[in-house]
Amino acid sequence: MDKQVIVSPSPHVHSGESTSRLMFNVVLALMPAFAVSLYYFGVGALIVTLLAVGSCVIFEYLIQKFLMKGNPTITDGSAIVTGLLLAFNVPSNLPWHIVVIGSLVAIGVAKMSFGGLGSNPFNPALVGRVFMLISFPVQMTSWPLPVASRLQYLDAVTGPTPLAILKEGLKNGETISQMGDKIPSHMQMFMGLMGGSLGEIAAFALLIGFAWLLFTKVITWHIPVSIFTTIAVFTGILWMINPETNADPIFHLLTGGVMIGAIFMATDYVTSPMNPVGMWIFGIGIGLLTVIIRVWGAYPEGVSFAILIMNAFVPLLNRYVKPKRFGEEVKRNG
Amino acid sequence: MNMLKTFSKGGVHPPENKISAGKSIEILPLPQKVSIPVSQHIGAPATVLVAKGDKVKVGQVIAQSAGFVSANIHSSVSGTVESIDTVLDSTGYKRQAVTITAEGDEWIESIDRSTELKKDIQLNAQDIIKRINESGIVGLGGATFPSHVKLSVPAGKKAEVLIINGVECEPYLTSDHRLMLEKGHEMMVGIQILMRALNVEKALIGIENNKPDAIKYLKSIAGEYKGVEVHGLKVKYPQGGEKQLIKALINREVPSGGLPIDIGAVVHNVGTAFAVYEAVQKNKPLFERVVTVTGKNLPKTANYMVRIGTSVAELIAAAGGLPEDTGKVVNGGPMMGKALTSTDVPVTKGTSGIIVFQSKESKRKADSVCIRCGKCVSVCPMGLEPYLLNRLSQRMMFENMEPEHVLDCMECGSCSFECPANLPLLDYIRLGKAEVNKIIRARKN
Amino acid sequence: MSSVLLFSIIMLSLLGVVLAVILYLVAQKFKVFEDPRIDEVEAVLPGANCGGCGYPGCRGFADAFVKAEDVSSLFCPVGGNDTMNAAAAVMGKTVEAKDPEIAVVRCSGSPENRKRIVQYDGASSCKVATSLYSGDTGCQYGCLGLGDCVAVCKFDAIYIDPVTLLPVVSDEKCTACGACVKACPKFIIELRKKGPKSKRIFVSCINKDKGGVARKACQVACIGCGKCVKVCPHDAITLENNLAYIDFNKCKLCRKCVEECPTSAIQELNFPPRKPKVEAEAQVEKTE
Repeated sequence: MDKQVIVSPSPHVHSGESTSRLMFNVVLALMPAFAVSLYYFGVGALIVTLLAVGSCVIFEYLIQKFLMKGNPTITDGSAIVTGLLLAFNVPSNLPWHIVVIGSLVAIGVAKMSFGGLGSNPFNPALVGRVFMLISFPVQMTSWPLPVASRLQYLDAVTGPTPLAILKEGLKNGETISQMGDKIPSHMQMFMGLMGGSLGEIAAFALLIGFAWLLFTKVITWHIPVSIFTTIAVFTGILWMINPETNADPIFHLLTGGVMIGAIFMATDYVTSPMNPVGMWIFGIGIGLLTVIIRVWGAYPEGVSFAILIMNAFVPLLNRYVKPKRFGEEVKRNG
Repeated sequence: MNMLKTFSKGGVHPPENKISAGKSIEILPLPQKVSIPVSQHIGAPATVLVAKGDKVKVGQVIAQSAGFVSANIHSSVSGTVESIDTVLDSTGYKRQAVTITAEGDEWIESIDRSTELKKDIQLNAQDIIKRINESGIVGLGGATFPSHVKLSVPAGKKAEVLIINGVECEPYLTSDHRLMLEKGHEMMVGIQILMRALNVEKALIGIENNKPDAIKYLKSIAGEYKGVEVHGLKVKYPQGGEKQLIKALINREVPSGGLPIDIGAVVHNVGTAFAVYEAVQKNKPLFERVVTVTGKNLPKTANYMVRIGTSVAELIAAAGGLPEDTGKVVNGGPMMGKALTSTDVPVTKGTSGIIVFQSKESKRKADSVCIRCGKCVSVCPMGLEPYLLNRLSQRMMFENMEPEHVLDCMECGSCSFECPANLPLLDYIRLGKAEVNKIIRARKN
Repeated sequence: MSSVLLFSIIMLSLLGVVLAVILYLVAQKFKVFEDPRIDEVEAVLPGANCGGCGYPGCRGFADAFVKAEDVSSLFCPVGGNDTMNAAAAVMGKTVEAKDPEIAVVRCSGSPENRKRIVQYDGASSCKVATSLYSGDTGCQYGCLGLGDCVAVCKFDAIYIDPVTLLPVVSDEKCTACGACVKACPKFIIELRKKGPKSKRIFVSCINKDKGGVARKACQVACIGCGKCVKVCPHDAITLENNLAYIDFNKCKLCRKCVEECPTSAIQELNFPPRKPKVEAEAQVEKTE
């Protein structure tokens, strides 16, 4: 052969799958929720989302180029996804400087300081969100009312989320039937007509995204289904014990960050287990912790903390929960 | 409608590209020279019997099996032995081979050259195994394991079923497909011979569903052969791996570190079954085989009947010559085949196909970092964790790879195929296997 | 001071004292007695923990050194003779001075000398490439240039030259720990005597093919002609398997073999330039 051929080990074909394609599909899956957030929160949603995505990408580029002195990898799309998820976890009237600080913490501390994509133990968007929640509790818990705040940004009219209403009401000694109309109906919550962060309100939009992720094989069903099942069962039991002080399972599934957390945050590749059994344990843990924090904890919402706590267990799960080997002997030596 | 059987764990779907599926077997014109390596099989290389200047005939033994796990090597042409030297072969290394200059086409007298089908099997089990051994038959699916060893069931184990591998799950390759269509009856007799050798009543032929004509044809003639069943299987790579085939057909898993005979199964390729027919019924040893020559840019694709030792360059020349835009030439399928450094290497018993890739198909994409997506874990048919094995191997922590069952890896390539970050997972896993084997050998001593 | 503050201070102080006492008692109970000289020997060692001595880290070497009856087989290549003398002084023993060694790369097959016939596209590891095929040139013994040796060096003493694609060893930094020798899957690197003023002569080739085959693959290959063996006045060169080898203990650095070699396979390092001759190319390679 006169021309130089290429020699490499097998395999000699590739599926064409790539990190950027996977990230792009996640962005696509978030688009219905983004559209809904624009519909309900208008200007505020647009500003916060663009700010978050922009600052995440810029910070990643700057840190990679100047601090880590390597090649920037912003084209793999993971910074864009982190930015979107960060935006979808905050209220639409969050001041710009808090959004930028949150992005810096999410990308700089939670992701880059551990070595970049693939090396972070905790979900970066959630770390950013929790940091903002603890540092700026007032701004992070004043939720603009949907529709009414469409043309407003920093001056939006605010109201509590259904979970906050519940927590507040129970503290004041009211029963759930007494709270009545203050809590939105199931259909209202499903369609997003409630207070909350940008991305968490519309369950139907997030479920469309879930279907897209499953269809394009970006994620598997195990983690979201295990979280939903655990929350439904646990809150169902509590509700059956006392329906006056415990909301029904549908309420719990539709409010707060359960939908967005289960579908988009808990399924983040880097911080979730690598095989189905591990994923189930992970999901059950998140479900249990979420309900515990919601019912007995000080915060009205528990999904972010639950996911972060379970993220810490993932290396342990990966180490001790192994996939079933082909031809595994029944007797195993540790 | 019946659900097609398949194996339950892992698997990928590379594009099939069975371009040459419609091409019937063509006999390649005799080469002028052949270089026959003395090691074309798993086990000890054969010992050379001839010397420079000797005259040999087609079918004559030129190198003798050097032990139980070894095989005879027969001359594929008649002529004069030119040299016995190390030549570059398809393994990428220089190995000992017998080079013969061809003169005419004289076969040894004992071979029955008639083409009529001989259904009646005269020999008993023991003599069948002996004949297979003498004829140098090895697994023609590519693994090249000496067939007589597989048929010699060790004491304490019993064969319950014979499984015939007509899956041909690798993209591009079609030699088994054509063999089933054109030599179906001969192959069936070969299967019956194998059944007698193993003393089993049942044989199951597994064929992937992308060969509906072969499935239909073999099902139509299976009635004439007692105990033989034909099953269509779902198209999924690597269905043709023997462990996956056994799982799909009889739903049993070969234990880790064990062999199919441990669960009562023996697996043979359709090509091997055909070679067994020729050896037992026609006294013809193994010196030629069907090789697919294919590629998207190749002027002509074909399935040639090739004499062992023919240079790959001759096959490509017969298919129209190497295109200008050639990037890679692969011996075998695209998932597990070996890239050749030169086309001046001989066809061996294990050569199932030659694929010519264009430049744009040949270069790997740049690799990035592991994003821990877990796709490699979900596609691994052996239930391993390629991302972990890759990381351990890169950090040279080879002793940690053994408890992770790295030796179960069959190097199918599904993990590297699927990895979104284009990581060379299989490269490092293979390295890990070699190092773990070294550790085990050192431990035994 | 408020009672709360006072109470907190007292409680925490008490807690601190109690815990300190417990720790002290436990440390005393589980104390392992070690010969204090092990610490002293460890202190004079370089602390690189490279494993070049054959022991697990400097502590391992110190342990072996103190416990050994006969220390003549122990040597720290990184610290060299000075360190060994210091260690011996701690034990009240003496050690023989050893000649310093250095890693030598026995291949000169740059792309200029040794044509590349295929393009390698696998993982960047010499071990991976070796298990794949016999190399991207006609010589199956030659250096692959993928840098397994560079990856294991703890002293930053070796790098792959971007033009010749061959490893280059730094005279100053190489400690002859042997890591690169073990890492090379083709056994190209050897530890040889460093020589006076770092001068050394070696056959820069390990090709065992017949002369014609070797030369066809690489212009500076050793063809096994044996001329160097004949011309060496100190009987330092042997020929086996078409390959010449210079015994560094017998070599007296006279350079006659370098002039004689028809393919320039024998390399001399760190010698002053000769008066220019017609055929021999004495390339003095200056390392950084």
